[in-house]
Amino acid sequence: MTPVATTFFFYLLSGAALLGGVLVITRRNPVHSALSLIMTLLSIAGLYLMLYAPFVAGVQIILYVGGIMVLFLFVIMLINIEQASREERFSKQWPVGILAAAALGVLFVSVFFKGRSVLPTQLLVLPEEHNTQQIAVLLYSDYMLAFEIASLLLLVAMIGAVVMAKKRTTTP
Amino acid sequence: MTPITTLHYLVLAAALFVLGVIGVLTRRNVIIILMSIELILNAVNLNLVAFSRLYGLQGQVFSIFVIADAAAEAAVAFGILIAFFRNKETVNVDEIDLLKW
Repeated sequence: MTPVATTFFFYLLSGAALLGGVLVITRRNPVHSALSLIMTLLSIAGLYLMLYAPFVAGVQIILYVGGIMVLFLFVIMLINIEQASREERFSKQWPVGILAAAALGVLFVSVFFKGRSVLPTQLLVLPEEHNTQQIAVLLYSDYMLAFEIASLLLLVAMIGAVVMAKKRTTTP
Repeated sequence: MTPITTLHYLVLAAALFVLGVIGVLTRRNVIIILMSIELILNAVNLNLVAFSRLYGLQGQVFSIFVIADAAAEAAVAFGILIAFFRNKETVNVDEIDLLKW
């Protein structure tokens, strides 16, 4: 199925994503930041659908919004946000930080516009109905080793998180 | 109106990346810094998926690996954060200045 009104939806979704991003880095309350980040993540999932990547869009919603963001909200509620919401939001080096980030952005955009002739103009035909199947075939053939390493990484991260967050019974 | 090309997605991803960098460099709250890192990872994912429209499905496979890495990173970071908060009662990065207690 070809997408309809691509231009309108692209600008709508990218506007929502950018607005959410700005709210993430400016809100005082971490819960509001987390909710704005959820808005950004959902807009990016919509953009994945427009790029013929329905499986990545589904993973984004289930894993990012349903998993990682819930973890964020849990941790925000475990620590004391009352005190954090009264303190200064930005660190002392914020002008330098914004300047460095703006320089990085100018560099990115100038590289994109200088090198855009390198990009192929012909778009590939990616059939959506086989998307999940094709990704699975790639994961279990060409990227088998990377897939196994990713599972090992998740195991190590799980053990690491439990060891870190465990209460110490004996103080050294 | 001009049709949406890959360049549009690249510029949007660059803007999200810059927002994430600003968040990492200027905020004091560790949780917001972690959220900014998620923003950066999402910008990279958007780039990968946009390029997979031009060069094949490998970009989408890599974006799945990036999402798995983001989950692992968030889990370990929150483990460290909770261990730290239990000892020092603060989440501000400029007050986190010790390796051992």
